[in-house]
Amino acid sequence: MSRNVIPLSSLTRIRPPQSGGGGCASASCGSSEGSGDMPAHIWDKVKDHPCYSEEAHHYFARMHVAVAPACNIQCNYCNRKYDCANESRPGVTSEKLTPEEAARKVMAVAAKVPQLSVLGVAGPGDSLFDWRKTFETFRLVEQLLPDIKFCISTNGLALPDHIERIVDHNIDHVTITLNTVDPAIGAAIYPWVYFNGKRYTGIDGARILHERQMEGLEALTAKGILVKINSVMIPGVNDQHLLEVNAAIKAKGAFLHNVLPLISDPAHGTAYGLSGQRGPKPAELKELQDKLAGGANLMRHCRQCRADAVGMLGEDLSQDFTLDKLPESAAYDPEPRRLYREVVEQERADRAQALAAAQVEVARALAPAQLVAVCTKGGGRINQHFGHAKEFQVFEVDSLGVRFVGHRKADTYCQGGYGDEEKLDVVLAALEGISTVFTAKIGRCPKNDLKAAGIEAIDLYPFEYIETAVARWYAEAFGIQTATA
Amino acid sequence: MALQIIASECTSCGACEFECPNAAISIKSDVYVIKASGCTECDGDAPKCQAVCPVEGCIVQG
Repeated sequence: MSRNVIPLSSLTRIRPPQSGGGGCASASCGSSEGSGDMPAHIWDKVKDHPCYSEEAHHYFARMHVAVAPACNIQCNYCNRKYDCANESRPGVTSEKLTPEEAARKVMAVAAKVPQLSVLGVAGPGDSLFDWRKTFETFRLVEQLLPDIKFCISTNGLALPDHIERIVDHNIDHVTITLNTVDPAIGAAIYPWVYFNGKRYTGIDGARILHERQMEGLEALTAKGILVKINSVMIPGVNDQHLLEVNAAIKAKGAFLHNVLPLISDPAHGTAYGLSGQRGPKPAELKELQDKLAGGANLMRHCRQCRADAVGMLGEDLSQDFTLDKLPESAAYDPEPRRLYREVVEQERADRAQALAAAQVEVARALAPAQLVAVCTKGGGRINQHFGHAKEFQVFEVDSLGVRFVGHRKADTYCQGGYGDEEKLDVVLAALEGISTVFTAKIGRCPKNDLKAAGIEAIDLYPFEYIETAVARWYAEAFGIQTATA
Repeated sequence: MALQIIASECTSCGACEFECPNAAISIKSDVYVIKASGCTECDGDAPKCQAVCPVEGCIVQG
């Protein structure tokens, strides 16, 4: 089951070489750059939450439990007949759990995955419509695992009624899915909302939802709870409008804005899927995200995970922890979790040093910005074989530094030990606009295939920090002291 | 007069159960059922179970 979990050994085993932008092994030689310009009390809340901190997503894992499947609104991008299409992958149904079963599952995962830092209730359905089950789950888990953070995701309709309960359960993070601040646009996204025992359709329903969302956002912010806004980017419906949304939620105190692309596969049976409403292309998403960069903090590392996902972002161990595989009572030992956190603290300080060194290197280069893709299993390092990559992390590099841009999903190129032409097409589509791919290792054939498509594959920096390697490559390729191209 | 749930359409989300003002809905094996003797069809108001059900045509006149 541990195939996707980053073992501690892979974080500690191979240190980058000390030349150039190499790391510093001592934890005492610098503070973490990950905190940026954040006040300390906020950094403390987000630093171990993979969905709220881009840095944390390299180190920590989350799990979702599907305990509250009922919903109080209908969205055109969601089909609950099967599963919520935007929270999951097609064809895999969620296991619906009672709060007791969910608590048992959390303990089993905590015993096997020391990276686990967050438990979320995020659908299918709305966590605050069927609120009794959500809070009962938290009540059970907080007795067993006091160091875990809770997190909920909601459409906001019931949110104003539950502010006190959220505070009582020490929930630091709430995500509201908010696609519009204009009821006229909302009417095109939400066919109905169910409020106070009645179904409201069209603009009336959208207006109620909007007012409740803003009321909830304000109330949470007043209590010091961090609010992330998820917005689904629907081309032709709300794509340009999201600039207005960003400004509005920033004014109300939202901490983070996560713009995610619409998933509208006809096979999911959603209203958008069936009507042919398309999702945005990666380039369109990036263009919008770049326009939003001056507003509320933007999240770019979201993986749109399924409602019962388990593991690091971008991976899913949920099939290893289905109810029938859970032990009656898990033997839980808190020591590996404590050790893991200790290692991560050291690793963070080390990586911060490496990033600062990388920054110095690229400053010498005078060339247009390059988009590069990286194969990684986590830890912020280039540590995955090209053939095993299910997704690529995309970085932009220029003389100002190396910045995380987003991720692109690709079917695993290498399955059963060989790659085939079709898979390569999927990978090439995912790499559109990318000049260079960094990987721990790549075979000669795929390397040549990529070359034929105009993409250079580089495996000269295995297990090094991503930013360090990309910066050194950029400085060498485009810097004043040109060495290799 | 009572409403009924078409079992093949039910997603077992449970929204109707806690919205029913008469506590006439409960889960039987995998899906929800309406106890005919308890259902008042919400006494002339729009039935709440129908209003909240995400699947059109799942809750119908019995």
